[in-house]
Amino acid sequence: MVEPAPAVGTPVAPRPEPGTAGRGGAHEPLVVMSGVQKHFGALHVLRDIDLSIGRGEVVVLIGPSGSGKSTLCRTINRLETIDSGTITIDGVPLPAEGRALARLRADVGMVFQSFNLFAHKTVLDNVTLGPVKAKGVKPAAAKARALELLDRVGVANQAQKLPAQLSGGQQQRVAIARALAMDPKVMLFDEPTSALDPEMINEVLDVMTSLAREGMTMLVVTHEMGFARRAAHRVVFMDGGQVVEQAEPEAFFTSPRSDRARDFLSKILSH
Amino acid sequence: MDDGYLAQFSSLFSQFDVLGAFGTNLALTFFAAIGSLAIGTVLAVMRISPVPSLRWAGGTYVTFLRNTPLTIIIVFCALGLWGQLGITLSSDFQTNFFRLAVLGLAVYHAAFVCEALRSGVNTVPVGQAEAARAIGLGFGQSARLVILPQAFRGAVAPLGNVLIALIKNSTVAAAASVPETSGLMRTMIENRPDVILAIFATFALGYVVVVVPVGLATTALSRRLSVAR
Repeated sequence: MVEPAPAVGTPVAPRPEPGTAGRGGAHEPLVVMSGVQKHFGALHVLRDIDLSIGRGEVVVLIGPSGSGKSTLCRTINRLETIDSGTITIDGVPLPAEGRALARLRADVGMVFQSFNLFAHKTVLDNVTLGPVKAKGVKPAAAKARALELLDRVGVANQAQKLPAQLSGGQQQRVAIARALAMDPKVMLFDEPTSALDPEMINEVLDVMTSLAREGMTMLVVTHEMGFARRAAHRVVFMDGGQVVEQAEPEAFFTSPRSDRARDFLSKILSH
Repeated sequence: MDDGYLAQFSSLFSQFDVLGAFGTNLALTFFAAIGSLAIGTVLAVMRISPVPSLRWAGGTYVTFLRNTPLTIIIVFCALGLWGQLGITLSSDFQTNFFRLAVLGLAVYHAAFVCEALRSGVNTVPVGQAEAARAIGLGFGQSARLVILPQAFRGAVAPLGNVLIALIKNSTVAAAASVPETSGLMRTMIENRPDVILAIFATFALGYVVVVVPVGLATTALSRRLSVAR
């Protein structure tokens, strides 16, 4: 298959200035979680989470499995409900259900670990479905925009295929295009490369890195530390349902403050 | 079997309208299939909806209808709805009973269609619904655009089984005095006891000829339509 895959290992552009000194100075908060608690039965998966993501900020969420990072990510568009606390997006509290919730979700892009492309629809239809049905965009306009986005993620020549005919990396890039087609205010990535074969990870990370450079607000749950160093303004480390530590990437990776973060990093960075 | 038996047997077909009776069963099946598919789809949507009262109503319907003998439902349609409550679906006496029988068959098989569809819904990974919600589709849109199209394709085989059951169950319409195969068979047996076994064989073979292609078609369809994942 000949395909203009995004260049792997692109020369490193000047790294975005991390932390509070990032673009536009202190980030104006876009997603604010405060006092968020959640249980799965007896298991306390989110303990009193206070987290704010600024407009244009790229936050990487890391932590051992079972630490609650995926759950946290999914509460932001209410794929998981919360027991108490508040979550606001652009100043608006998360609606509980119905039309208001659907409208809010249209503003929050989500990319899943297992892609979740609509299996019975072509790649193109996957990308146009949301804009046409949820936002009322004219089909022709949605199609033009979809082709533009598919081109941008390097799969425009696959537009008429079904998802099952694509490789994992291609499917995930389509999933990113599908989320972008809604012109979201913030993009959530829930372990977007964890289900991919190693050789396909970079093609997805490259798309994400360029998104980050363009100023998209992103929350990324990942184990890709290279991506975190390259693209994140801030790394948030979770363990046992709590935010244990957060810092700009360089500081976090070179001198983590907490024992638990040190322990975690020693396990994943040693090999 | 000598020539005499064969001649007696073939005279059955000039004496009785066997093909017409099968036609009636197919007509009953056709309309009842459309009706049960429509009602069953609504029931399935109710049963997977996020609204507890709708789920409850759908579940109650299925529990009641699925566990009631079809004969009782058909007799109720004929004697209860028409005889007692005076509900008529046509001014023509025959057509009225035909439609009442279709109604009974449809509401009964709708419960099975609903369950077949729900088994189809279970073939759709949860992530499909999450992705639909994540791009801002409401429950109705998610169901109509993402879940049900895949559920139908995953439910072709069980829906085919419901259709096969429906074809054969259409003979219960005899309980509503619809002139169809099982009623005709009884009349034929009463009038022509000389060829009873041949009469049985005729109807048995007739149903096999109708039903086997349906089974083959659903198997082929379920393969062709299956969603590649």
